[in-house]
Amino acid sequence: MSTNNTTPVSVAAAPHVDYHHHEEPSFWRKYVFSPDHKVIGIQYGLTALFFLFFGFTLMMIMRWQLAYPEKAIPALQFVIPIAVIGLILLFLSKFKPSITMLMGFVFLGMAALVSYLTSGEERMPGGVMLPEFYNQLGAMHGTIMVFLGVVPLAVGAFGNYIMPLQIGAPDMAFPKLNMTSYWVYFIGGVTMLASFFVPGGAANSGWTSYAPLSVIATTGQTLWLIGMVFLITSSLLGSVNFIVTIIQLRAKGLTFMRLPFFVWAQFVTSFLLLLAFPPLEAAGVLQLMDRIAGTSFFMPAGLVVSGQQLPYTGGGSPLLWQHLFWFLAHPEVYVLILPALGIVAEIIANNSRKPLWGYKSLVFAVIFLGFMSFIVWAHHMFLTGMGTAISAFFQTTTMIISIPSVIILSVLFISLYGASLRFNTPMLFALAFLPMFGIGGLTGLPLGLAASDIPLHDTYYVIGHFHYVVAPGTIFGLFAGIYYWFPKFTGKAMNEKLGKIHFWGSFVCMNFIFFPMLIQGLAGVSRRLYDGGQQYAHAQGVLHLNEVTSVAAWVMALFQIVFIINLFLTLRKKEKVGDNYWEATTLEWSATTSPPLAHGNFATVPEVYRGPYEYSVPGHSKDYTPQNELVKA
Amino acid sequence: MEIPYTVTARPETGLFNAKAGIWLFLASEVMLFGALFTTYILLRIGAPEWPHGELDIPLATLNTAVLITSSITMVMSWASLMMKDFKKYRIYMGATFLLGVVFLVIKAFEYGHHFGIGELPNKSTFLGIYFTMTGLHGLHVVGGMIVNAYFWGPGSKMWKTQPERFTNRVEVAGLYWHFVDLVWIFLFPVLYLL
Repeated sequence: MSTNNTTPVSVAAAPHVDYHHHEEPSFWRKYVFSPDHKVIGIQYGLTALFFLFFGFTLMMIMRWQLAYPEKAIPALQFVIPIAVIGLILLFLSKFKPSITMLMGFVFLGMAALVSYLTSGEERMPGGVMLPEFYNQLGAMHGTIMVFLGVVPLAVGAFGNYIMPLQIGAPDMAFPKLNMTSYWVYFIGGVTMLASFFVPGGAANSGWTSYAPLSVIATTGQTLWLIGMVFLITSSLLGSVNFIVTIIQLRAKGLTFMRLPFFVWAQFVTSFLLLLAFPPLEAAGVLQLMDRIAGTSFFMPAGLVVSGQQLPYTGGGSPLLWQHLFWFLAHPEVYVLILPALGIVAEIIANNSRKPLWGYKSLVFAVIFLGFMSFIVWAHHMFLTGMGTAISAFFQTTTMIISIPSVIILSVLFISLYGASLRFNTPMLFALAFLPMFGIGGLTGLPLGLAASDIPLHDTYYVIGHFHYVVAPGTIFGLFAGIYYWFPKFTGKAMNEKLGKIHFWGSFVCMNFIFFPMLIQGLAGVSRRLYDGGQQYAHAQGVLHLNEVTSVAAWVMALFQIVFIINLFLTLRKKEKVGDNYWEATTLEWSATTSPPLAHGNFATVPEVYRGPYEYSVPGHSKDYTPQNELVKA
Repeated sequence: MEIPYTVTARPETGLFNAKAGIWLFLASEVMLFGALFTTYILLRIGAPEWPHGELDIPLATLNTAVLITSSITMVMSWASLMMKDFKKYRIYMGATFLLGVVFLVIKAFEYGHHFGIGELPNKSTFLGIYFTMTGLHGLHVVGGMIVNAYFWGPGSKMWKTQPERFTNRVEVAGLYWHFVDLVWIFLFPVLYLL
């Protein structure tokens, strides 16, 4: 019927996606339901920082119980600082609608939530924590930090904001899908927070939700599962979008081997999210069926709990849950670490003013790492008695996967050799990342071998190990990224002095928090003990370390306040810095303004002529040669 | 600035954005159903005995035929758009939707029969995995039907303004619909015949 409508002219003239109209969009379209990847990146960033701080607060409450078991908690000492941050932000915003004001109210809300959690007969009668509530805090600390804090910040925020700029794209491939992905994540987060208010409180079976205990746990577990389905859906939409954007929207001349390493890290991460999360979604559906429809996928026959026979027909297997869970959760470890490695690589290249040594080995190592991460999951399950043949297979693959990790770390270390380093705040965080991630990685080796894992399994050693990877590892990488790209986000540079106070404080405290855990774990103290090991004879020699760890955690919180104040003080600054504050070579710095244009990022479509890290090229007039700069021979 | 390759293919990849996207989405769906099939295998290996003959094979065979036919009509609807015949597109897309309805009605009869004689998901591991897998597949069918209904009705306005883009959309919806069909082709022998 409309053959005459198919001419290319009418296609080009047709109205396109809404935001291409150049009139000013409404408030809702601009700040709330915006399809612009930069706005979405900032939404992800602020939400994830909120969850990181909240997850950290849950841990600080737990640390009171571990350091001083059976003593009433001074709740106000936790609530008042958070409320004060909120008031300071409100004061800074001069009560005019802005991000600062919004975050002020958010912190006041968090203070109210924390005061709710530190009171109440069913949680803390007389201020003393009940074991049931300790379990809720433990499960929710893990869930919030991993699924609502670190991954959304590393992938949702940095990936969303930086990756399209680095590949010279006007936006993500599917802007509306991108927006949907954020709001689905938001609903998942609200569901998780809401679970604290249902009878029996939040999920209390650990972030791993091992069956059969999770199947018979209180209502909070159902909300946990529903929340996870939302978060998985969000990451699915996000990862499809990321991969398509990187494959389809690279600027002219930007071949795969000219991609900044950060883009490679996001690319591999997205594949892990895309392919590893669905089995957990399947497992979540099966556990929901067990809880709601009474099936017994994870329930063996004849289970007796508290002297009562459970009404399950049986025939299921608790081990099945562990397999499905770790099939996601091991790749998830690399989802946590790879974006941070990408950020650190960018910052080290920039501040050593040298090309990265061995860019190609870095890229091939990260691809190999991605593949291998799918076949190591059962090294979390040596203690379940899977059989020696299976254990032997998984410990071999685990040893193999340490090779690309070592290559990546070596490349970054060797890149420093012979450089004249600039020690600014992002570089300090990036440099600290290297040894901290190194400790995290090396302490993992004994856990990857079945023989040495069996005595160490489920001790504080494990907690020390993976926190070294994620806390002074990934989170330092993310802090480095915030300091590094803040001039790009806002056009204003963060205060160096406050930044360095934040860095040194966090660096020292981190080690006082996590090194004692390694010692306690080697002494045999089990994790998830709500009295911190008081009842165990062999733990007595290392119990005093509980207090060291707890005090270090609380002191570290004070240094995070410095960071929060720095963030919002910088937003208030009047003076702007240049478009390429760090004199960097990649497209986000060399081809855009700070902050980049709201519509389409680039004033002119960039074209790429060279690799990502051409610093100090002999014969060039300046010590950096941007990827989009055509140098005459 | 326009987002490139929403309508035309990028030369190196030969794909427009949405097509690359749907293939990746389907890869993740393979992992989702793959995990469920793996669960089925593990549960069945661990079971002392596995029930046979509890399900209605003739009805399921009919349903398989219905779903395969709907895949054919889906291809025909896309082919009609490629040949610029919008009226035929409406007929084939409508048929695809109606065949989806027939599939769900037959499935509802099967479910009703099981519920009627007290065969609920919690009665045995077999019934549990049967209801979970077919239920999740049914949800995928419903999702596909919503998309198809949208492209049959309000979404088809795009044909007048951006016919190429609309054809692409139908192709992408078709790829999803074929995948849902394919999952059933695995479910049918695994649950009913083996």
